[in-house]
Amino acid sequence: MSAAGGSLPRYILIRLMLVVPMMWVLLTLVFLLLRVAPGDPVTAAVGDKLDADALEARRAALGLDRPLVVQYLEYLGNVVRLDFGTTISDRRPVLDIIVNQGGATLTLTIGAFLFALAIGIPLGLLAGRFRDTAADAGIRVYGIVAYAAPIFWVGLMLVLLVVKLFPSWPTYDIASSETKYYVPDRTGIILLDAILANDSVSVVDILQHHVLPCFTLGLLLSGVIVRLVRVNVIQTLGDDYVEAARARGIPGGRVLRKHAFRNALVPVITVVGLQFALTLSGAILTEKTFNWPGLGAELVQYVTARDYIAVQGLVTFFALAVVLVSVAVDILNALVDPRVRY
Amino acid sequence: MSTTTTDRTPDAGAVLDVRDLRVWYGTEKGAVQAVDGVDLELRRGEILGLVGESGCGKSTLGRGLLGLLPDGAARDGSLVFDGKDLLAMSPREAYKRRGKSLGMIFQEPLTRLNPLMRVSEHFEETLRTHERGISKKEVEARSLEALRVMGIPPTRFRAYPHEFSGGMRQRLLIALTLVLRPAFVVADEPTTALDVLVEAQIIRILHDLRSTYDTSMLLITHNLGIIAEACDRVAVMYAGKIVEVGEAREVFSRPQHSYTRELLRSTISLSTTGLNFIEGAPPDLSDPPPGCRFHPRCPDAMTVCGQREPVLRQVRDGGSDAACWHAEVSEGTDAGRALSAEETQPLERKEIDVADEA
Repeated sequence: MSAAGGSLPRYILIRLMLVVPMMWVLLTLVFLLLRVAPGDPVTAAVGDKLDADALEARRAALGLDRPLVVQYLEYLGNVVRLDFGTTISDRRPVLDIIVNQGGATLTLTIGAFLFALAIGIPLGLLAGRFRDTAADAGIRVYGIVAYAAPIFWVGLMLVLLVVKLFPSWPTYDIASSETKYYVPDRTGIILLDAILANDSVSVVDILQHHVLPCFTLGLLLSGVIVRLVRVNVIQTLGDDYVEAARARGIPGGRVLRKHAFRNALVPVITVVGLQFALTLSGAILTEKTFNWPGLGAELVQYVTARDYIAVQGLVTFFALAVVLVSVAVDILNALVDPRVRY
Repeated sequence: MSTTTTDRTPDAGAVLDVRDLRVWYGTEKGAVQAVDGVDLELRRGEILGLVGESGCGKSTLGRGLLGLLPDGAARDGSLVFDGKDLLAMSPREAYKRRGKSLGMIFQEPLTRLNPLMRVSEHFEETLRTHERGISKKEVEARSLEALRVMGIPPTRFRAYPHEFSGGMRQRLLIALTLVLRPAFVVADEPTTALDVLVEAQIIRILHDLRSTYDTSMLLITHNLGIIAEACDRVAVMYAGKIVEVGEAREVFSRPQHSYTRELLRSTISLSTTGLNFIEGAPPDLSDPPPGCRFHPRCPDAMTVCGQREPVLRQVRDGGSDAACWHAEVSEGTDAGRALSAEETQPLERKEIDVADEA
């Protein structure tokens, strides 16, 4: 329990080691959840196209006729080798889907987080500092509305508004067709490709396409952040060390920034990290709303097709992403707050 | 009253001269006057103890001197420090003197340091605020010197607050207050949150400060043992007023005010055989009793005590100042002899209503 400053590397090491059991639990859950779902996946996916013998052959090819334990171990082994399987309905390797479509989801999510932080933190600080004023009341209402409003509805309203006010502003997809044609695919992330190609016209085009979907998705998260930051600021403003700083004659503005605001933002890291999973599920809706070529849209399509290999592969990937983000958040937290390290 | 007291010439050796200080809190029931017309002066290098029951206004008085009061509080009177009245200058000017000239040591050492800042950053922030353009080297030298006086090794300079024990954190905070060498420090129950051994250590440190830093201190405590050990003079506070003030030895050996005497009787020591306590509770400050505020609980109360307020003055040559009719009568002062026979009759008490007391 002795908490010396030098224990940071140890903390990070322990945290990284904990990834393995976390992953294992998650993978097991994903595997079991899909097996207990009623119905036979092969019949569900392609039952109306093939006869009984062909279906049986498909099942055997997928290894579904083997005992559950064997399937489970094979699944774990494959995931370790980053093999997420091949879809039943259209026979694409899931890894290909992740590589091709993951980039769009990644930039969408990052953009949404940037919007959420850019809106949520200043509004939250303001509301906490000017507690119980008209500004505070307004911001609190914003927080509730932003959190409660359904994404697809907000997205549609924004699209209607933007189409009316700025008819030329892009309202769907990640880039215009010219941009998609001209930007060479190197990383799977079209924004990065455009930057690497030094193609400023395309970069601007892609960024413009990002604004609406990222804002829509970020709005949800900003509601959570506003309320959290507000409560934290109110708390830190009443904390003993803030009063002690004032008693030492530290100027009011500096006390506010260095003591009250800074300390109020530490818990935001944790909560924003926890909201990552929520944001991913929000991304699925956002992608559907804005015709975004990302993993979420892909996942919805495979769920509809009842292609459980595809669903299992994509869900596994989402789970891995959530685990990695939570590790990153813990490490970031330890870097910022010296009391976290153990 | 305020006009007659402010024209008194301040003591030439006084670091801080407080005249008729009054502090109000805004509450739902209306304004509550927690400090009512307090006069005090602190001489250079002197430790003045301030004692009294919980809720008598000790902390409010200490905080009122620095202006560390919650929103909705107000203060009036005069606070002459270094020849200037802190209450007459702009809030901005007064704020600049905080830390630099008037320091504060708090009751809760565990929560008074910012957990995200290293000890070194606390010192750097404090020194840079008050001494613009101070070099990094000098910041470190001054801080390490202050820490050394408090017995904290220089190797811990870059550690975080949570890596220190409660007693060490209080020493850190004392070092952080004294690194600016303020002429006057308020220490508000600095040992209440600490265990007995650490308490003795901190009291020793505070006691020795005048030789190292030449600082005057108002030491607020409810522990009379600490006063006897560390203070030169002591002021006894009851219901927002100073009821007795004098040399610590004098107040302890020959208390003049009945409240002081009762307070001393309530102290627990090794020779204590039974527990003494003062009946009743301190009055509600939104509606204090007339006359002497202690008279409803006072064993020596006379009729006059409930009618006229006694004045704080010396009742015996070489003794402490007390605001007590009983002391005036028993010492045979002019004011005491001027009282009528009727006024010196023991006070007839109405039975205290049980519901009232609750």
